[in-house]
Amino acid sequence: MLYINNLTASIGGRKILDGLDLTINPGEVHAIMGPNGAGKSTLANVLGGRDGYEVTGSITYNGLDLLSLKPEERAGAGLFLAFQYPVEIPGVGNLYFLRTAMNSVRRLRGLDEIGVSDFLAMAEAAMESVEMDRSLKNRSVNDGFSGGEKKRNEILQMAMLEPTLAVLDETDSGLDIDALRIVANGVNALRSTTRSMLVITHYQRLLGYIVPDRVHVLAGGRIIRSGGKELAVELEASGYTETVARAAAVAGTAR
Amino acid sequence: MSSTAIATRLRDLGQPADRGEPEWLVRSRASAFSWLAEHGFPTQKNEAWRYLRLGPIIDGEFRPSRPGNDLSAQIVNQLVPDLGGPRLVFVDGHLHTGLCTFGEDVQGLTIASIASLLTTRSNVLPAFFDDGDHEYRDGFAALNVGLAGDGAFIAIAAGVIVEQPIQIVYCSTDDLQPVLSTTRSCVVAEPGSRVVLVETHVGVGVNPSFANNVTRIDVGQNAQVEHHMIQNAAPQAVQFGVLDVTQGANSHFSSNAFSLGASVARHEVRVRLDGEAADVTLAGLYLPSGSQHHDNPVTVEHVAPGCTSRQIYNGVLDEQGHGVFNGRIIVQPSANGTDATQSNRNLVLSDRAEIDTRPRLEILTDDVTCAHGVTVGRLDEDAIFYLRTRGIAEPMARSMLTMAFANEMVQRVENVSLRSWVEHVVSQRLDSSTRLAAGVDADTAEVAP
Repeated sequence: MLYINNLTASIGGRKILDGLDLTINPGEVHAIMGPNGAGKSTLANVLGGRDGYEVTGSITYNGLDLLSLKPEERAGAGLFLAFQYPVEIPGVGNLYFLRTAMNSVRRLRGLDEIGVSDFLAMAEAAMESVEMDRSLKNRSVNDGFSGGEKKRNEILQMAMLEPTLAVLDETDSGLDIDALRIVANGVNALRSTTRSMLVITHYQRLLGYIVPDRVHVLAGGRIIRSGGKELAVELEASGYTETVARAAAVAGTAR
Repeated sequence: MSSTAIATRLRDLGQPADRGEPEWLVRSRASAFSWLAEHGFPTQKNEAWRYLRLGPIIDGEFRPSRPGNDLSAQIVNQLVPDLGGPRLVFVDGHLHTGLCTFGEDVQGLTIASIASLLTTRSNVLPAFFDDGDHEYRDGFAALNVGLAGDGAFIAIAAGVIVEQPIQIVYCSTDDLQPVLSTTRSCVVAEPGSRVVLVETHVGVGVNPSFANNVTRIDVGQNAQVEHHMIQNAAPQAVQFGVLDVTQGANSHFSSNAFSLGASVARHEVRVRLDGEAADVTLAGLYLPSGSQHHDNPVTVEHVAPGCTSRQIYNGVLDEQGHGVFNGRIIVQPSANGTDATQSNRNLVLSDRAEIDTRPRLEILTDDVTCAHGVTVGRLDEDAIFYLRTRGIAEPMARSMLTMAFANEMVQRVENVSLRSWVEHVVSQRLDSSTRLAAGVDADTAEVAP
């Protein structure tokens, strides 16, 4: 269960998130849509624990004060952040990285480390589910990977680290239609009653593949509208400008 | 003490009159000492020594080493790998036959100690100690000729391929009165021969020691020589070494230099490309931390046309470590068609660490391809965040990225046993500083509310 309450985030005195509230129940998939500059990536970064933001408000996840935890502790608590731009790490082998990450997370969760053969079997199955080229196993993490390969690698990590809350930041960016389908299938295979997801995207396109339970519109650092999956379709038809203007008008009337 | 007084003191200590050396050597030593008395030791005004404070080293009251110091085989085996081939072990600059492994005789391979050759009236040695003009590159080069009493002599006959790597181990012992070890080693790879050399510098104890070594390698036409240098000397060691290489036509030479230990280490590599179409790759990794100083002067001189040279040196600088890359490429007017590159990348882990990097290109002909590049940077914070979001704690993330940077150089070592040993000592060395960082982190975490 994730509760975000009156969250603000500023960077260099500039407020990017401005009173954001959001609740996600176990097993639910929520989508956050919004125009450029709405604060979508900032929300992902603040959830992940990136330095450099002044943050107020609260984020509670399974009873834990997420904001007081280090990024690695958040991973241990079940959070996974799929990056919009996965970082290239030359010199660190992909499988070595994956196993180190997996065992770190398992230690944080009080589980035993995974043995090599179990690990390899699990990695093989996860690579199969995202149709990943096996030659990428022994390459350095994301180093020289294509856009699609990087995103598959993110979903591979997600499958291996078994989060209970996955935040997917613009996972569709830079993907052609085939890669989008494969990545979405990988994500859908990981949907379960105990795993929540927050899918952050600019376009409705991805939500045709990963069908959300709830859709929220983020603008000016707060959620201005929420609805079911049909809201994504409506947004695509009318555009953000109109939606934002209407929401502002509604807010004005209410006042 | 003046340079002259130091030279006189070292001469008197190192050269008892009754040593019974051949007359040519007595003359060479005398001329070296008189050169040293006249010119002194280099100062920071000397371009090749400008980043090193020599005063405290020269004033260190070092006493030239004597043969006969002992060390247990168990200790040596802990300090150096067993690569299966011949292994020469020098203790404080003198061959310790009890610790050596000569292995099976290989036809066309000669392995001997310089000391043994000095007593057998060898005719190859005079030119190796004295090239006739009585000029020395600097005071330490002269001091080496003045004092060197031993070293490795390795000759590979034409066309002979030596399969197993030949190890040369230099080990210092612990002595309250600091000892100066001086060796002069010589490798002659005749035309078409092939050999892999592994030079290791290690030591025991906590007292200062000083080593001033010279290794000369003559790579004949079409010969192929691979040289590895792993300097993992004792913490208070001052380690000076020169690798002086001359290459014939179509020859290949490569060197991988790993500088890990010592308080002050200076590993100079000089390569002269004398024959056409020769190629050379000089790689290095230096890891100064604490208050260590690792100096890497590298010179490649293109004399013959059509040669290729590569200099690839990387450094990881932590705490108050000081690293120097002083890389020179000289292209003589005769060296048309030269292809020379140089790259130096540095990873700085601490605000107090220092790196001096200095590319020096002296190109005296037009027909050349020459490129050089330098970077000085820190760990990629985006990469650290990425690893941390995958559950990897910050100290581990930093250590992984640091090791990844160093690993590029480690992976250049082709011999599998040697590579895994280098990997082991490099990661051990890097881990000891990251562990320290982790400790500091834990302390502040306890204090925080």
